[in-house]
Amino acid sequence: MSDLVKNIFRLAIFVVVQVYVLDKLPPLHRFVIPVLYYLFILWLPFTLNRFTLLLIGFVTGLMLDYFKQTPGLHAAACVLIAYIRPFIISILIPKDTAEFNYREPSPAAMGLAPYFIYVFILTVLHHTYLTLLEWLQFGTFLDFLIKVISTTGISLLLIFTVELLFPRKMKFRTNTA
Amino acid sequence: MAFVLLQVFSLYMLFKFNKLHHAAFSGIANEFTGSMNTQVDKLDDYFHQGEENRRLHRMNDSLLNLLKTNYSVPDTGQRLVVDSAMIDSIQQFRKYIWRDAKVVYNTVNSEKNYMQLNRGAKYGIKDNMAVLNSDGAVVGQVVNVSTNFSEVMSLLHVQSSVSAALKKTGDAGKLEWDGKDSRFVILKGVSKSVEVKVGDTVVTSRYSYNFPPEKLIGRVAQISSDPATGFYLLKIKTAVNFATIQQVFVVENLQRDEQLQLEKDTEKKVEQQKKGK
Repeated sequence: MSDLVKNIFRLAIFVVVQVYVLDKLPPLHRFVIPVLYYLFILWLPFTLNRFTLLLIGFVTGLMLDYFKQTPGLHAAACVLIAYIRPFIISILIPKDTAEFNYREPSPAAMGLAPYFIYVFILTVLHHTYLTLLEWLQFGTFLDFLIKVISTTGISLLLIFTVELLFPRKMKFRTNTA
Repeated sequence: MAFVLLQVFSLYMLFKFNKLHHAAFSGIANEFTGSMNTQVDKLDDYFHQGEENRRLHRMNDSLLNLLKTNYSVPDTGQRLVVDSAMIDSIQQFRKYIWRDAKVVYNTVNSEKNYMQLNRGAKYGIKDNMAVLNSDGAVVGQVVNVSTNFSEVMSLLHVQSSVSAALKKTGDAGKLEWDGKDSRFVILKGVSKSVEVKVGDTVVTSRYSYNFPPEKLIGRVAQISSDPATGFYLLKIKTAVNFATIQQVFVVENLQRDEQLQLEKDTEKKVEQQKKGK
């Protein structure tokens, strides 16, 4: 499967799971809201240029927004993480191996520790920005802090689970292939 | 540069929507999400059929009990009356019209919960219509309509505000949600001189343009007082279980436009009189 087709399927699955499963779960607590869809953006191939990344981020966010009736909210957060993503990757991966052996970020491609640092930073950024935008309209500062921490926690747990359940088979890219 | 542009665009959309509840391209987007939601909802229905059936049976029971055949008229009460009036003086006109609808998407775990219904402008749904559940208890009001679907702001929305009253005394207040527990809403603005007990019924007030009067909202679960205003702060257990809501009615007030127009005209008139003095 080509990268394009694969990612289109992925986007559809992530949005459907987010909208019809995670958002419909009986809430554990009002602060603990499972959010997973942005993993799609973290899994995009390395080779995409910055502008394409931003555009994909925007469209992903907007799709979710139209389902959840919050136009612009998730789009803003997704654009932010799509923008920050290349910087984090270039910091975490040594410069001399600029030509990556793998197509997209994964524990195998980046190493377990760097990969989870990458996930952690973008998760925190995404949730902070999302909650900040919500908090500007409603709520107290303490609510804001607790909500960021708890949603980050549950999201990281979900991402861990997804990585364990669906290990992406990644071909080692060589010149001969 | 593209980053800043997209950010500004999304934030513009967000803040515009929060004011007007009308998103860019919401017509097309609503049609798309609506058709998806309908399919998922069809599947979801199978899991609630038993409960829904029992509820329907209860409702039928209450209606059958109202049938005329259940009451017999004493013979002595019958007499022939010739009506001399040319115009039927007890002629009735319709003020509210009820339309059925089905909830196709619904959440309770956000601070701004919306529902999507499978009826839209084609079916006569307009903004600001009241939405009641199939037992006649208040669910929310319509905020946005596309051709085949409509979006409802449920009571569980931090911007929702509904005029409500205590059934016993008729004292009106404002019903809002604090975004915390999806089983409870807050009634504000009831004066402390009113005697309130836990378990008192709260209904829609007579002063609302959108909601038909005396429709059940819930029961008082906790009584406290608002230190800032000196009014009661009543925690209301909602009659509707928002997590399992399925069938609803959309209620249109046929005189709403006239009432609003009158209010506007009155304001203008008073304003002019002030200037004239």
